[in-house]
Amino acid sequence: MQATALIEINKLNLFYGAFQALKHVSLEIPQRAITAFIGPSGCGKSTLLRTLNRMNDMIPGARVEGSIEIGGTDIYAGDVHVETLRKKVGMVFQQPNPFPKSIYDNVAYGPRLHGITKKRELDEIVENSLRSAALWNEVKDHLKRSALSLSGGQQQRLCIARALAVGPDVLLMDEATSALDPISTIKIEELAQELKDRYTIVMVTHNMHQAARVSHQTVFFLNGEVVEYSATEKLFSDPSDQRTEDYISGRFG
Amino acid sequence: MLEMNAQSRVIAPAELGNSLRQAGGDRLDRRSRLKFFNSTFKVICVSAAVFVCLVLFGILFLMFRTGIMTFETVSFKEFFFSANWDPENGHFGALLFIFGTFALTGLTLVLAVPIAVLIAVFLAEITPVWLRGALRPVMDLLVGIPSVVYGYLGLTILIPMLRELTGRDLADGLLAAAIVLAIMVLPTIARISDDAISAVPKKYRDASYALGSTRFQTIFGVVLPAARSGIVYAIILGMARAIGETMAVVMVIGNTPQLADSLFTPTAVLTSNIVMQITSVEFDSTWNYALYLMGFLLLAISLLLIVAVRLLQKKGAKAS
Repeated sequence: MQATALIEINKLNLFYGAFQALKHVSLEIPQRAITAFIGPSGCGKSTLLRTLNRMNDMIPGARVEGSIEIGGTDIYAGDVHVETLRKKVGMVFQQPNPFPKSIYDNVAYGPRLHGITKKRELDEIVENSLRSAALWNEVKDHLKRSALSLSGGQQQRLCIARALAVGPDVLLMDEATSALDPISTIKIEELAQELKDRYTIVMVTHNMHQAARVSHQTVFFLNGEVVEYSATEKLFSDPSDQRTEDYISGRFG
Repeated sequence: MLEMNAQSRVIAPAELGNSLRQAGGDRLDRRSRLKFFNSTFKVICVSAAVFVCLVLFGILFLMFRTGIMTFETVSFKEFFFSANWDPENGHFGALLFIFGTFALTGLTLVLAVPIAVLIAVFLAEITPVWLRGALRPVMDLLVGIPSVVYGYLGLTILIPMLRELTGRDLADGLLAAAIVLAIMVLPTIARISDDAISAVPKKYRDASYALGSTRFQTIFGVVLPAARSGIVYAIILGMARAIGETMAVVMVIGNTPQLADSLFTPTAVLTSNIVMQITSVEFDSTWNYALYLMGFLLLAISLLLIVAVRLLQKKGAKAS
């Protein structure tokens, strides 16, 4: 495997009540690269993504066994500050979900939460984040306009800018392009390529071509288990498991 | 067998086309029947709307026409800017009632809105599901309690308590009335706000939590702003109820026509004064006209406040 592993998942089991959604998942996610999770619906790929910033905590009856270490710290240990974890591990959702506020306030929301109040400082963060999300040139003249007036693709890039504004190290993308048209999708993919030099990106996608196009490492899930994971090129050209081959050649899923 | 079945299912195009036509013989064909029903339905809807408007304007007009006759004997200036209400001696200064109504409504909202919104937040965001299921019907029942019951409780429980607390002989006045009204409008404002907060999409909360916010920050930073228009609507309804409320107010405000110079001065508002005096005035007197004018004012004030709140809300929506 390339680079050093930033996230190490070790024998992770996740239960929703009596239902086991993840089974003995062990995985390493390299730093400053794009890792893609693929697999059919309900295979647990989004569930695993949501354990990485502990968004599953809010689902009643969800229970985790095993460990997830980020830089050597188990994020499910008792002394972990969940708000700081989520600040460091940002997330972009399937449906673009900007707040019903202005474009500026959407991006400034996170920094304000974490105590930044100076106008000049906020202005700088908003501009940098929007530039990083390749949205600045489209919105710089109407930052006061409602975020809901943007197109779907722009809204999703705004959500990326909003996530970047709190200074994360990891960016989770949960099928972030599945609600978008092909052109907006390409833009987000290009954006991910640019961001990978500065951020560790984990994306869930139901689109195998997307995984093949943008990711460095691909993980294939089936029924809550990791079937195999390896460098993207190898997984798509020379899978070691028959089930992976069946899935990527379109025989099911 | 199978083949025959399959063959008998095939239908000639002309036969299919014919089967779509209406069986002949109807005196009215389908189109004219539809036209008849559509236009009849439209007429009924429009006349219902017109009827409601007629009733509203009829009320406004009648109140205004009778009320305006006050100014045949009383000057405009006296009615609106004098606080001397002494009809037996020809003084018709209604300022104290107008002031009382504004002060009472304002005080009621100051007391009720923060508590009601907190109750709504508690119901919608914090309460466990089983408790929510028990609390919501209770709140709904509270909305239905007749105002005279609230007034009675104010008279027998609240006023003695206030007397003890303040050491005064009389505790009737704006504060007592505002507390009673606040308790009365609390469930209305809380339940409608609760619905508005519950209707805020989960995706906003997700986005906020994913940025590392606490529950408190999410509620005050995202959920309440997103529910703002529903909460404003709840406040309007509560306010309309408070302005027009009569019985509960009559029982605790003291019914003395003097300007309220403190929270404990017995005073009167537009509604309480109308109800206390309307039965004892001559039909064809300035006094009677003045009471009508006060009724008209009450209507105008509540319409004005509703418009004002809506404008404020729009302005707020633009600013954020």
